[in-house]
Amino acid sequence: MASAKRVAIMVTCMVDQVMPEVGVAAVKLLRRAGYTVEFPVDQTCCGQPFFNSGFRAQAADLARRTVRLFERYDAVVLPGGSCAAMIRKEYPHLLERWPGETARAEALAARTYELSEFLVHVAGWLPTPAPNAPRVTYHDSCHMNRMLGLGAESRQLLRAAGCEIIEMHESDRCCGFGGLFSIRIPEVSNAMTQEKLRRADATGAQVLVSADPGCLMQMRGFARQTGVRLAHLAVLLEELTR
Amino acid sequence: MNEVSFHNFRVSAAQAIANAHLQSAIDGATLKFRNGRRAMLADLPDVEAMRDHFKAMRSATLAHLTDYLEQFECNARAAGAQVHWARDAAEAQQIVIGIARQHGAQLAVKAKSMTTEEIHLNAALAEAGITSVETDLGEWIVQLAAEAPAHIVVPALHKTRQQVAELFSREVGKPLSADDIPTLTAEARRALREKFLAAQIGISGANLGVAETGSIVLVTNEGNGRMVSSVPPVHVAVMGIEKLCPTWDDAAVWLELLARSSTGQPLSVYTTVLTGPARPDDPDGPRELHIVLYDGGRSRLIGTSYEEVLQCIRCGACLNHCPVYQEAGGHAYGHAYSGPIGAVLVPLLLGLEQYEALPHASSLCGACLEVCPARIDLPRMLLDLRAEEVTHGIIAPPEQAIEKSAAWLLRHRRLFNLLTDLGRVFQRPLVRHGGLWLPRRLNPAQERQLPSLAPRSFHDLWEELAAEEAAPAPVARRRLPSRRTTVTLAGLSLLPLALLWRLLRRKGGKRR
Ligand code: SF4
Repeated sequence: MASAKRVAIMVTCMVDQVMPEVGVAAVKLLRRAGYTVEFPVDQTCCGQPFFNSGFRAQAADLARRTVRLFERYDAVVLPGGSCAAMIRKEYPHLLERWPGETARAEALAARTYELSEFLVHVAGWLPTPAPNAPRVTYHDSCHMNRMLGLGAESRQLLRAAGCEIIEMHESDRCCGFGGLFSIRIPEVSNAMTQEKLRRADATGAQVLVSADPGCLMQMRGFARQTGVRLAHLAVLLEELTR
Repeated sequence: MNEVSFHNFRVSAAQAIANAHLQSAIDGATLKFRNGRRAMLADLPDVEAMRDHFKAMRSATLAHLTDYLEQFECNARAAGAQVHWARDAAEAQQIVIGIARQHGAQLAVKAKSMTTEEIHLNAALAEAGITSVETDLGEWIVQLAAEAPAHIVVPALHKTRQQVAELFSREVGKPLSADDIPTLTAEARRALREKFLAAQIGISGANLGVAETGSIVLVTNEGNGRMVSSVPPVHVAVMGIEKLCPTWDDAAVWLELLARSSTGQPLSVYTTVLTGPARPDDPDGPRELHIVLYDGGRSRLIGTSYEEVLQCIRCGACLNHCPVYQEAGGHAYGHAYSGPIGAVLVPLLLGLEQYEALPHASSLCGACLEVCPARIDLPRMLLDLRAEEVTHGIIAPPEQAIEKSAAWLLRHRRLFNLLTDLGRVFQRPLVRHGGLWLPRRLNPAQERQLPSLAPRSFHDLWEELAAEEAAPAPVARRRLPSRRTTVTLAGLSLLPLALLWRLLRRKGGKRR
């Protein structure tokens, strides 16, 4: 089933190590949308954790490495808004010190997409309604929403798959993750997460959907305190479009 | 001295989180302000264009700040005001105390001012034997309780009605009921009236100064700013040098965005303009007007990547939208400037080393940038400050070593995968409910369960996934390597790491 349409997937280090099912679902969705998916096997981390904790040199090393690994592809798709934002918004200025690198980073940034964005705007793919799609509530993850302006795409996909979306109060309120923040100041981070889960619970939705593995991992840390299922957008969509 | 270490911030935040009353007070007030702001901004024809215009004005003013300051000084003097320059807090205190002494003032009334909080003016006045009374109700409550403001706009946000009633009862010398709000406010009003009439000097900050006329503008909702600046014979206003705009047209935009972003009002109830002292035929007003232009580290920021922070108009919108502030409360920040603006401004003005935790007191969610009327990129500055902590060695060497080795490891994919595969085996005895089970004392995430490594990584799964596409026939599952590793060995796996982490945190704690 050779296809002219090819994309590379960057699964992100968190998906690779902690929730590979998200990567698997993303690959399957991209295939259903008619794409051949390549997985550059040397990929690890986009460098965001280091950038966000002030380790710029280390972040730049990982950024350069990522640019080299992915620049040969026409499109790069990530099942995580935060890492996509890192490549799109931070790489170009992070690599400013090396003039040639900035141009390469910008070229990569222009071809990098978050998954829902790619499915809706590039692939023009929407699922068909599934008979027993759940009632969901959607968490607008911070970087995806505020740096990439994405959120409508996830909702569009969920609705097309037959889900009823019940909005929680201030769906754009941070889940409390924030990378190292979540262990540097865990008391505050945890209180934020519990607040988020309370608001999600209050909707009566069956599934709390996020398009960001980081948020999902954070909220899963309190999974036993909530009746709501915590699912990545890709995983839920993949289930509903089998 | 370390004012706000990670330890201090965490302890104070944990207290705030455990305080149910405080939490509901913060939630209620900030939600009200968020809703008010949204409604009030939606009322404007093109608020985004207005914010862009405002930002451009603020940044152009800062680019020529010395010129505007000179123009301001010149026009203020021409209007009869006396202008003083203070390089630091001590100088500003001395100037105010000098003016008070010159007039033999024993009692000063104060309007709410973050700048005078910043220079600890009340303490300095007290030391000089001058009683100063805050006349903004919230500030007065905080002063009676001998506390710091918990919010830059609503300082007594954290106080219950009961606590206020106790404080007022003590002050007026008779028991007042917490349920009788009209009596409480009437008593406060009566007590403060006496102070207004008795004070020989009125002290305020300034929300902004207007260069073209040398005027200062005070914005209040209780009218106390007007009393402070018109009843006593002498008035002193302490203004940060950055709070300047060139013209009244600029001031109009400033005032509109300030009230709408801050408390969700179209305009604050009282907008008081002071251009020089009272004219001979004025029915009231101070005979002398002093303006103290206060630097306090601001000029140092001009021309640096942090200059943008000087565009702040102290509206508090970033606090009201910050989920960290809402949980941690204002006092955790260890300074009158709290929330996202405090987290950036305080280390810049007072030293990164003393306030090392503040740049980290953020999940970088970006809500502050989204709502700031001047679109100040606080998240970017938090990141820059964190980077400075690394380059200046404020982040402890062991932690630096961990981060650097992790980054190194991530550049060596095979080694990384090998180590994580080992982790998968060693973690087994610790995996419960799909996460890592660690005793609370060893868990850096406290009561939150940390994730465990998945049984197989995506790297490991890819081969099958790729084969599925090539030939959609089922492929035999590969077995995990080293399944037979013993439980004993596994138990020891993550302990060294966790112990190392605890050790580092504790060391950090001692250092502070
Ligand atoms: S940083 Fe912006 S939002 Fe925060 S107080 Fe200043 S002007 Fe208001």
